[in-house]
Amino acid sequence: MLLLIQYTLIFSSVLILVALGGCISEHSGVINLGLEGIMVIGALGGALMMRYCQTESAFLMVLLVILAATLFGVIYSALLGAACINFKADQTLVGTALNLLGTAAATVFVKAINTAANPDDHSSEIEYIRARKMFILNIKGFEFNWFMLIALIAVIVIAVLLYKTKFGLRLMACGEHPQAADSVGINVYKMRWAGVLISGALGGLGGICYILAGVSIWKFENGVAGFGFLALAVMIFGQWKPGRIALAALLFGLFRALSNTYVGFPALASLNLPGNVYNMMPYIVSLIVLAFTSKQSRAPKAEGIPYDKGSR
Amino acid sequence: MEQYAIEMLHITKRFPGIIANDDITLQLKKGEIHALLGENGAGKSTLMSVLFGLYQPEEGVIKKDGVEVRINNPNDANALGIGMVHQHFKLVECFTVLDNIILGVEPNKMGFLQKKEAREKVLALSEKYGLRVDPDAKIEDITVGMQQRTEILKMLYRDNEILIFDEPTAVLTPQEIAELMQIMKNLSAEGKSILFISHKLNEIMEVADRCTVLRKGKYIGTVNTKDVTAEDLSAMMVGRNVNFHVDKTPAKPGEVVLSIENMTVASKVHKNNAVKNVSLKVRAGEIVCLAGIDGNGQSEFVYGLSGLEPLVSGKITVHGKDMTKASIRERSTVMGISHIPEDRHKHGLVLDYSLEDNLILQTYFSPEFTSKAGFLRRKNIREYANRLIEQYDVRSGQGAVTTARSMSGGNQQKAIIAREIDKAPELLIAVQPTRGLDVGAIEYIHKQLVAQRDAGKAVLLVSLELDEVMDVPDRILVMYEGEIVGELDPKKTTQEELGLYMAGAKRDEVKA
Repeated sequence: MLLLIQYTLIFSSVLILVALGGCISEHSGVINLGLEGIMVIGALGGALMMRYCQTESAFLMVLLVILAATLFGVIYSALLGAACINFKADQTLVGTALNLLGTAAATVFVKAINTAANPDDHSSEIEYIRARKMFILNIKGFEFNWFMLIALIAVIVIAVLLYKTKFGLRLMACGEHPQAADSVGINVYKMRWAGVLISGALGGLGGICYILAGVSIWKFENGVAGFGFLALAVMIFGQWKPGRIALAALLFGLFRALSNTYVGFPALASLNLPGNVYNMMPYIVSLIVLAFTSKQSRAPKAEGIPYDKGSR
Repeated sequence: MEQYAIEMLHITKRFPGIIANDDITLQLKKGEIHALLGENGAGKSTLMSVLFGLYQPEEGVIKKDGVEVRINNPNDANALGIGMVHQHFKLVECFTVLDNIILGVEPNKMGFLQKKEAREKVLALSEKYGLRVDPDAKIEDITVGMQQRTEILKMLYRDNEILIFDEPTAVLTPQEIAELMQIMKNLSAEGKSILFISHKLNEIMEVADRCTVLRKGKYIGTVNTKDVTAEDLSAMMVGRNVNFHVDKTPAKPGEVVLSIENMTVASKVHKNNAVKNVSLKVRAGEIVCLAGIDGNGQSEFVYGLSGLEPLVSGKITVHGKDMTKASIRERSTVMGISHIPEDRHKHGLVLDYSLEDNLILQTYFSPEFTSKAGFLRRKNIREYANRLIEQYDVRSGQGAVTTARSMSGGNQQKAIIAREIDKAPELLIAVQPTRGLDVGAIEYIHKQLVAQRDAGKAVLLVSLELDEVMDVPDRILVMYEGEIVGELDPKKTTQEELGLYMAGAKRDEVKA
């Protein structure tokens, strides 16, 4: 049971961070379908930091890894920003391209450094057993991961940012009615850049959180197994609102956690279902949930439409 | 010397191929209401864009309080105290009234919003000028009139001294228009200078002190409205005397062509039905107008009638034949329904097709245009298109092969009318057929509608324009919140009475 809660919380944290990223970007008017790719690149940044940083201080390690993942995510998301905001490219296509590129680039890169270190090593794996321990606080068998706290803070910060600050009001205006925002002197391009870059930071964080969730070695060929898309489902189910996103993430996280822990529940184990069924659960649930709820969902009105100052 | 709040002197703005503003001078006195009159394409929008810094003029200067200023972008205009209520409101629909007002000039501490002081200021302004709004209501839930008041408060909140209203009455009911006129008078009494862009002469005569007229990019003149009549202004605007009244003989209604019983159509935007249990009849040889304020179910009614949307319930018959479940093509060919759609770009034309292809959109499958083997008979199509182009005076750059997108709005509409009328329909549905067109084109379209009526066809006109509603039809049905709430005789009713029905303040039990 404790294990189930632990896994639910850590997977929910991943979903919360990434879905909040998507939420911020969409509120600014840019659909960020590239979250999956951003997660991979963020995870790569964090994993490299864990591999090469020799510090003994857990605090420093956590801080540096977070910085690296965030930075990688931000830089990678700048591709989305430049293509979609400045060059007015199709956001769906660019996002898809970012996803394809993310996993591929990370794989090539990791393979290259592995082979350089040891000519016989052609794997795309990074191992971080020592560093991972620094993220985890064992409280009577419950493995508390700092990312759980970070996700909670992120929900509060993003909610306050969106609903209580000048920045949030302007950001949402750009996603709803950019012409209106422009007419009162708000720079729509800047606000959208801000949305995309914050989304990149959160996506990168979510990426590193994901690979730290259950394992100590990551094979980059696997990408992040569709978690970026799952996060988008969470965002839609959460109606683009931080509080609801957190709740939706808990629900989806629970189903994801079940696949790791169902063996521990006699009732579930006795069903004798193949493990794959549990692995499929979060994705099947997201399909069903979205099929029934997406009709009432109200996305930011102007998302997906490149803003052109000239067109009236 | 007279004190001017803002002066635009000898402004010339050229675009490739046309001179949008040719040596135009506009002087707005402090505290006056100044009308800017002109048809579509006369250069009003361009002139305002210059004032807001969206365009830089090739020649001419702008002066504020007698001092020359440079306006490079809308922020400069804002800083000079110039504010505008756009024709299409610039409001964020899911924000509250208050959020919309403060957007861009948010009172804040360290970036955190301080809405309390903003609310007090808004309430004070709304009190002072009689602008009733609920600061906490969301824009999507309030009436168009209140949205407009929100826009006005937006300008006042920014302490703007020069207020520009771009076609502000187009979306309002007569009662709301009267209210707006009063608000504008209050504002000018408080020393605000108002520029009122319009092509509605009676409104200009009522509220404006002076009026500047533009025509085809040229400055025609500035007059005191006290010294002129509406007819004088119209002659200045169009360049000739226009007959605004539609000439027609009394209708001779024949047998019932269209009969609708208890039609209900669902809404795409909200859960309620957009059209509720509507019954009506249209007879041969009469024009029936479905009037109402935009968004009261007229569009959905037409979708249901033309087959673009399924009915929730109800029955439609044409000449006694049930067509409730007929496909769109059946309605068009077998039933003889022609439809001039509300949105000519979305439902009327394939914009990237040539004019000739657009003209055969509904008949391309007939033997005249398609051979037995399934190939298009290009020669026949060209001949047919050329005949329509000539007969209906559709003007375009390269004739039948012109891309529809490159044609002017009036000629696009003429092309649609040619296609729909040439089918010799039994029933012609014309939805806002004159939207966005200039006076000449409007005159032409009204004549065509009356000609169809006189040829014994049934005509159903859906219109938002009050003048059109009063002038063209033989019967008026008023739609309010999806129901028909009144049947009026245009010869006996007044705009005021019509307005009461449109606003839902008055209703009768109407039987089909």
